[in-house]
Amino acid sequence: MDHRPWTIDKKNMNRLNHLFNTKKDNLLSIYYTAGYPEINTTVDIAGALEKAGVDFLEVGFPYSDPVADGPTIQNSSQQALNNGMTLNVLFEQLKDLRKRVTIPILLMGYVNPIVQYGVEAFCKKAAEVGVDGIIVPDLPMYEYETMYSEFFKDNNLSNIFLVTPQTSPERIRKIDELSNSFIYLLSSSSITGGNLDVSDSIQAYYTRVKAMELKNPTIIGFGISDNATFKKACAYANGAIVGSKFVKLLESENYMDQISGFVKSIRMES
Amino acid sequence: MKYGVNEQGYYGDFGGAYVPEMLYPNVEELRQRYLSIINDADFKAEFDQLLKDYVGRPSPLYYAKRYSEKYGANIFLKREDLNHTGSHKINNAIGQILLAQRLGKKRIIAETGAGQHGVATATVCALKGIECVVYMGEIDMERQAPNVSRMKMLGAKVVPAKSGSRTLKDATNEALRDWIANPVDTHYIIGSVVGPYPYPDMVARFQSIISLEAKKQLLEHTGKELPEYVMACVGGGSNAMGMFYHFLDDEGVKLIAVEAAGKGVDSGHSAATTFLGKEGVLHGSRTILMQTDDGQVVEPYSISAGLDYPGIGPQHAHLYKINRAQYASVTDDEALQAGLLCCQLEGIIPAIESAHALAQLEKMKFKKDDNVVICLSGRGDKDLDTYIKYFNY
Repeated sequence: MDHRPWTIDKKNMNRLNHLFNTKKDNLLSIYYTAGYPEINTTVDIAGALEKAGVDFLEVGFPYSDPVADGPTIQNSSQQALNNGMTLNVLFEQLKDLRKRVTIPILLMGYVNPIVQYGVEAFCKKAAEVGVDGIIVPDLPMYEYETMYSEFFKDNNLSNIFLVTPQTSPERIRKIDELSNSFIYLLSSSSITGGNLDVSDSIQAYYTRVKAMELKNPTIIGFGISDNATFKKACAYANGAIVGSKFVKLLESENYMDQISGFVKSIRMES
Repeated sequence: MKYGVNEQGYYGDFGGAYVPEMLYPNVEELRQRYLSIINDADFKAEFDQLLKDYVGRPSPLYYAKRYSEKYGANIFLKREDLNHTGSHKINNAIGQILLAQRLGKKRIIAETGAGQHGVATATVCALKGIECVVYMGEIDMERQAPNVSRMKMLGAKVVPAKSGSRTLKDATNEALRDWIANPVDTHYIIGSVVGPYPYPDMVARFQSIISLEAKKQLLEHTGKELPEYVMACVGGGSNAMGMFYHFLDDEGVKLIAVEAAGKGVDSGHSAATTFLGKEGVLHGSRTILMQTDDGQVVEPYSISAGLDYPGIGPQHAHLYKINRAQYASVTDDEALQAGLLCCQLEGIIPAIESAHALAQLEKMKFKKDDNVVICLSGRGDKDLDTYIKYFNY
């Protein structure tokens, strides 16, 4: 198998690569769970987020046992499953979504539904409906490298790796080598939906990663919930991801009317 | 060992360490250090001594005369129910607390189904003066209430798992979330041969004392080291793996693992994983698990909280796939009847988990001289309420 780092030439650049080539700072991504709050809300929410100026989307496909997620995203996943969300339904929705939305889209979810779908078939289908990258927190590097990376490459999909404050420098180097769009820096070792850790040791971790001058951009996630935390993250990385806070917003009745204001409140560019 | 784990943590197609990056450093630290720690002379000496003086090992291999007459073979019960805390779970808890100490961990977390592993963990934490948090499904806390009280008396904090089916699977999810949030000071004592590598191998090694003793004891009883059959119940599969371990390479020994069929394999209320499951990933390892076509984990059912789990350990999945062990299933009713029969024939009240293995005796065709070793993994004190309700005593 070909273990060389994935070099990108123009013809196999995906939307994520284009984005990171043209915009280097203050990138904002929003996570939400497909099929939540209602089965057919996936497309409308994506449209509203693009209109509000979000740079790229993370669409979660629900799983019954999301061990890396806190209560907010757990609940949204359970509700989405109750609403009938499956990978097949999501792929149909994404086909419609791509008619309206042009910003990069990442799918985020756990490995078991992908294994059931078939990893190769999943990658092929995802690319076909216009997905640019995949985040699978519980897909380990060894299994990715030895069993699945070719399916990602063949379909021009970026696999996004996570880095935590405990990840060793050697491992970060290896992740940088295997990545081809961005690296997802966790603001702390935690499940989703916590507060941003601003301790000295975390600042030191951001500084340490920044000093490594990685070839891939970095995006900070977990604990980003408002303008202050967004700005803080952007001081150390190329941008940040908001998840639980946005999913929480979707719990309110007139959430569609609030999306634009929510995104503005995160950015508050001054 | 022919059926052991390879360097990447796999048993054939099963195993591995499917954990999010947040858990990688912990799991990697364990992987790098577990063998050198447990093979260290100091560790071995302390482990052996605690098993002897604190747990009360070796547990007897009891020749069950009336069972033997009834089933027309020589039936031996490996009496893990006589261990301190009432089940085989203590073997692993002792091993892991000694390991946690050597890793410098200050806090222990655990998941529990029937509460036996929770009690065993709370016990060893009391023994060593280490903080202990046990996650337990809300439903299991109700049906195994005495064990909840026991854990509290032993100084553990018991945290209800309120998501999903509110049983063992969800308690495991909550424990994993705790470990993600507390990666540096905390060791997670997984109670079965499940989870990311190296847990399945590590727990199997700690439980392998069961078959190590049984071999010697059978030799004393019968003049032969190897029985024709070795039987045990399987939820995640730790007592079964301990009972099988030293017989795995003796291909002539038939290994029978008994899963919980609940209200019947096809009733929609079952935990018979090999009958109902497909290959996939659960709690950090590639294994066989009960799931929908869309890869969502199915909520299992068994009257026995310790067997109410939608997966099996990866080594079991491997033994099943290559046919080294046979996997059978027993319903709630069959298990409870077998539990009562054990009381009345042998004067032993078995845990409902262990009663599943005993119920399988009814379905076997033995030859007269066959030697059969069954793991009586736990005692039934914790299940009295369930037995009493069922039989109206």
